Amino acid sequence: MWREQGLLVMLALSFALAAGLVGCIALMKRTLLAGDVMSHLALPGLGLALVFKVNPVIGAASTLFLGTFLVWQLQKKTGLATEAAIGVTFAAALAIGAAVTPNEDLAESLFGELPKLSIPGFLLGITAVLFVIAGIFLLRDQLALSIFSPDLAAATGVNVVRLDLYFLLLFSLTVLVGLRFMGALLASALIIMPAATARQLTNDLRHFLLLAAAASMISVAAGFALNIFVFNFSTTGPTIAIFSALLFGLSLLKKAA
Amino acid sequence: MANPILRVNDLNISFGSRAVIGDLSFEVREGDCLGIIGPNGAGKTVLLKALLKLIPYRGEIRWSPGARLGYVPQKIAADRQLPLRAKDLLSAKARFLKLPSTDWERVAQELDITSDLLNVSIGQLSGGQFQKVLIAFALLGGPNVLLFDEPTASLDELTEERIYELLYSLQKDKGMTVLLVSHDLSVVFRNANIVLCLSKGKPCTGAPKEILTPAMLQELYGGSPHYYQHLHEHERLASGGREGAP
Repeated sequence: MWREQGLLVMLALSFALAAGLVGCIALMKRTLLAGDVMSHLALPGLGLALVFKVNPVIGAASTLFLGTFLVWQLQKKTGLATEAAIGVTFAAALAIGAAVTPNEDLAESLFGELPKLSIPGFLLGITAVLFVIAGIFLLRDQLALSIFSPDLAAATGVNVVRLDLYFLLLFSLTVLVGLRFMGALLASALIIMPAATARQLTNDLRHFLLLAAAASMISVAAGFALNIFVFNFSTTGPTIAIFSALLFGLSLLKKAA
Repeated sequence: MANPILRVNDLNISFGSRAVIGDLSFEVREGDCLGIIGPNGAGKTVLLKALLKLIPYRGEIRWSPGARLGYVPQKIAADRQLPLRAKDLLSAKARFLKLPSTDWERVAQELDITSDLLNVSIGQLSGGQFQKVLIAFALLGGPNVLLFDEPTASLDELTEERIYELLYSLQKDKGMTVLLVSHDLSVVFRNANIVLCLSKGKPCTGAPKEILTPAMLQELYGGSPHYYQHLHEHERLASGGREGAP
């Protein structure tokens, strides 16, 4: 029991680290809110997996990555803004998800649950997190250039269209890892709020990344602790998200001071 | 005569059903300073973007194999509140191009970009300082062709003068080929040895003294011929021996 809890907390903390970094890039790309709704793309997959008794992670991953590719294609082929492309895909995904998810599982799919974590599940999650962190590190220069100016980045030799896809995939992978703790509605809370918190506190890129990762990990640790020792809810997603929102509120005070 | 560094043949660019540039052909030789002029909407920025292969086009754009391009855009749509410093941008480009880290420091030094300026976020730079950073960004990687798109738009006159002095020295001292888009005809008159005139009608190219005549300018931009007569005389006197020499 305690070993399972320990693995769960370790995976959640590593997810938080990746979410903080991905959130910083999304905030600078001004796709934070658009990215938020990407987590809903997992919902139809979760629902179908529950109906057909398949591993929910596989179901969620299928529709999440399919949706991500669809968003990228919509952007590329129609010239739609990221927000519009994601908005259209999100609305369709949410509707399909709500229609196919059994009623008794809908709340867990939307807000997460405390999953029973197997060793292979833990290792898979950690591998995904390491992949996201390595991806952000390797693409950091191209991302910085394209955030500053897509034209200048392209003139320098960066394939901006492909870079957008890579980032969307890293974003989706991060969401996927957090899906079971946070649920489809709250999975991106840890991508948005810590980045917004850190942005209030610094103008330095390195500090921005470090502070967002720290705020995200603190939220997870506090959320789990509050849930275990105080509330004892069936899911930690809401407590983590509420604590993260609290940190954002505090960052506003710091900025004002 | 220097070798051609750029050949453009039958270039056509359109957005949807709207043709922006039609059947454009011209040539630029090594060391040339090509001034690109034309009224708003004539396709000056679009042309530079096509030359950089940033947008789709029909026709032929052929750079000579040794051409290395640097680009200074008209304006950056980026949020100036981004937590990015000039140093972050220059070092990111240097790492991406696998250049030694000393390269971006040397370029910054050549342009008098102090370490203080390198370390403040881009939002805190003045218009002139920001423009210098963009030029440093373009120069990083050792280009031999610079594409300038209205490099001094919204800058004060003194800063504008400094930027053009810099441009002139890059061209003179380093033998760079320059493609310069500008609304400022006096700048084109002083710096360019060849002018490409884009308009709704047929585009034309030639030496500044052939293209920047009151009659041609009136046809291009409209307005009073007296204004262009005055400009023409003034710039002929001011440019002295610089005109026509790359």
